[in-house]
Amino acid sequence: MIRLEPRATPSMAMSILSPVIALAITAAAGAALFTALGKDPGQALSVFFLEPFNGVRAISELALKSTPLVLIALGLALCYRSNVWNIGAEGQFLMGAIGGGGLALWVTTAEIGMSRWLFFPLVILAGAMAGAAWAGVVALLRDRFNANEILVSLMLVYVANLFLSWLVFGPWKDPQGYNFPQTVSFAANTELPRVIRGMRLHWGTAVALVAAVVMWLFMFRTFTGIQLQVGGPAPAAARYAGFSSRAAIWTTLLVSGGLSGVAGAFEVAGPMGQLTPHVSAGYGFTAIIVAFVGRLHPLGCILGSVVLSMFLIGGELAQSRIGLPSALAGVFQGVLLLSLLACDTLIHYRPRWSRGS
Amino acid sequence: MTVPRLQLEQITKRFASVVANDAVALTVLPGEIHSILGENGAGKSTLVKIIYGALRPDAGRILWNGQPVQIRSPQEARALGIAMVFQHFSLFETLTVAENVWLGMSGKIPLRQVVAGIRSKAAEYGLELEPEREVHTLSVGERQRVEIVRALLADPRLLILDEPTSVLTPQAVEKLFVTLRQLAATGCSILYISHKLDEIRALCHQCTVLRGGRVTGTCDPTLESNASLSRLMIGAEPPRLVHRQATPGQVALRVRDLTLEKLDRFGTDLHGVSLELREGEVVGVAGVSGNGQQQLLAAISGEDPRAEEGAVELFGQPIGRLGVAARRKLGLHFIPEERLGRGAVPTLSLAHNMLLTRDESLRALGWIDRRALKYQTAKIIERFKVKSGGPAAVARSLSGGNLQKYIVGREIDAVPRVLVVAQPTWGVDVGAAAQIRAELLALRDAGTALLVVSEELEELFEMTDRLHVMARGRLSPSIGTSAATVELIGEWMSGLWPTGPEDGPGVSIGEFP
Repeated sequence: MIRLEPRATPSMAMSILSPVIALAITAAAGAALFTALGKDPGQALSVFFLEPFNGVRAISELALKSTPLVLIALGLALCYRSNVWNIGAEGQFLMGAIGGGGLALWVTTAEIGMSRWLFFPLVILAGAMAGAAWAGVVALLRDRFNANEILVSLMLVYVANLFLSWLVFGPWKDPQGYNFPQTVSFAANTELPRVIRGMRLHWGTAVALVAAVVMWLFMFRTFTGIQLQVGGPAPAAARYAGFSSRAAIWTTLLVSGGLSGVAGAFEVAGPMGQLTPHVSAGYGFTAIIVAFVGRLHPLGCILGSVVLSMFLIGGELAQSRIGLPSALAGVFQGVLLLSLLACDTLIHYRPRWSRGS
Repeated sequence: MTVPRLQLEQITKRFASVVANDAVALTVLPGEIHSILGENGAGKSTLVKIIYGALRPDAGRILWNGQPVQIRSPQEARALGIAMVFQHFSLFETLTVAENVWLGMSGKIPLRQVVAGIRSKAAEYGLELEPEREVHTLSVGERQRVEIVRALLADPRLLILDEPTSVLTPQAVEKLFVTLRQLAATGCSILYISHKLDEIRALCHQCTVLRGGRVTGTCDPTLESNASLSRLMIGAEPPRLVHRQATPGQVALRVRDLTLEKLDRFGTDLHGVSLELREGEVVGVAGVSGNGQQQLLAAISGEDPRAEEGAVELFGQPIGRLGVAARRKLGLHFIPEERLGRGAVPTLSLAHNMLLTRDESLRALGWIDRRALKYQTAKIIERFKVKSGGPAAVARSLSGGNLQKYIVGREIDAVPRVLVVAQPTWGVDVGAAAQIRAELLALRDAGTALLVVSEELEELFEMTDRLHVMARGRLSPSIGTSAATVELIGEWMSGLWPTGPEDGPGVSIGEFP
């Protein structure tokens, strides 16, 4: 029988190994599943785990998909560590897309000549402000009226979605677009600068990586960062120390909303090049899983987003290459999350074999 | 020869890095009150958890009424007739007293019947307890009462009590002892874990002393002295507390006619509470928990800033509406009675926990100087002999006593002008308690004003220069500690004190010069 004994201090080795073991379990479960479906497990696994990394183009696509996930998950990790349950990152993402898209549309229609590198910081600012403003509504209602932020942020996703639809069906619709709900294609100078010629990967990915490092420093090396993390696990300690819970609500929501907004703006000014009702592939919700898979740690969020985009891409490939149902990606996500949570137990507990009943 | 109720042979239990119990033997006879004496970390808690089935021994045998038994879980222990009152309570905060007791019961008994059972047991043993109150509104002392009554409801054959008297009035302790003797007379064995030597000598028939996980002796405590028991327990006598005459300076903290409505429905209203605290003196507040101490402390610390501006003054400056951080900037520090979750964040390291009240290692823009923070933490760990994995250890991994040493150390190290302390040595062993008290007194001698709220009278008599008593949200006038007696304070605890003049701290009985 295996028994679990609490460790005196969390195991550093296990913190690193846990996701690796979880990934191995997921792969093993996948192999069993493919065999049961009558597919060659070797081939199927390579589609999921190797193909997304096969070649510069594949990696570029993987990084491209990861970028919004990283940005959103970083903000969510901060929120969740402070016990602020922002579920509406999707809405903040959409508002950021509208902010960034609006700016790009204005530059396009007014035919303003500016370089891509000048437009780059402007679109970040537009996205961040729009996303933060949307999250600010949540903070305001929570602060003034003690409205539940889970409900409010989630409801605002639908409002943002409808607002986006109204824009692209109405005032922002491309007059020459055969009545499709979309804006004009944005001018070339509003496109995010690309990292490699001929590939879609843009410098926004670098911004996301920098944001992760900054968030890491903020969380663990600054007083404000530590303050924010007290209110979550120990509200009485926050009161004792005199840390303001109002400040925590505002800070986490504005930061999180801002980051989600930037992700939205990047999506529009990057791979999309125009605003449509389908800007998001559910990034705001997937990022919630990313944040938890990354164990609410900024660097973990990077790894988590790579893994989840791998499954997203692998799922599409499995469908087209070997005729597996695309729902398999979801199954993989589930198995991974489950085994990760199970393996995380080993960080705080030591397994011990013992004889006896 | 009578068959022992409980017999342990060669019980050994290892944890990650320590051997908590090393070949421990223990024999408890029917109807015997048997004490297990030992410092924090001596292995007392591990041993009783093994008896109660909450832990499994790595080696050794347990005999129950002469029969070898395997106690795999607390349920099995309860089935045998073993009941336990833990030092750390296992209560659900959001449920009522009765619901908590009900949850721990096997079988289907209507809640109504449980409520009635609690009422009658509580009355039988003179323990005041309201079955319908929610646990989160109860003070530490009241929570302990819940646990005691819960254990008694099972009509046990062996009752284990872990530090049960730390939060009772002297009269209540006496009452509890009467109860325990009554219970023992019916044949129930009692295992009494404590470090209070006087109590053990007054109550127990037998005593097993643990040190470093090993049995260092068994004896009849009635034949021993405090000194001889101490030697068995810590290998030396505890340092004697030197209490020099106080030389009070200017008024540091003044609470004037503080009246506050309770925040939740089970709190206590404060009525016209007044007190004066001078530099270089220790003022104690005695009283059974739940009489408004928490509310008074919150109003002084700033966690409850609803008081009138002038009702609380720090060096003449009205601070009644200031927040905690602002008051701390003015030199007012506070040590709360709950360590984990209030005095420290369980999931954060000791180093990061410094930042709750200390800002010396902060640089521009709130950047943390990690080296300075680590150094500061390590200094406190060393000076206060905090057993821990170092500054990086999370607060949760420390024992209660060591965490308390860390928190007390953190606040003392700040050299506050006013230090307010709640239950400074609750559940802390003799050696550590003596150290904490000595450090607090040294702080007083350096000119700090100390307010100590405690339910341990012994401690208040040892440490303080003047005493107040709190009862039903009112505060008694102060009395010089040297002029006070246990009987008098016990009487005041029920609210019967002489009413003094309207202004000032009240009547002066043996007041400082």
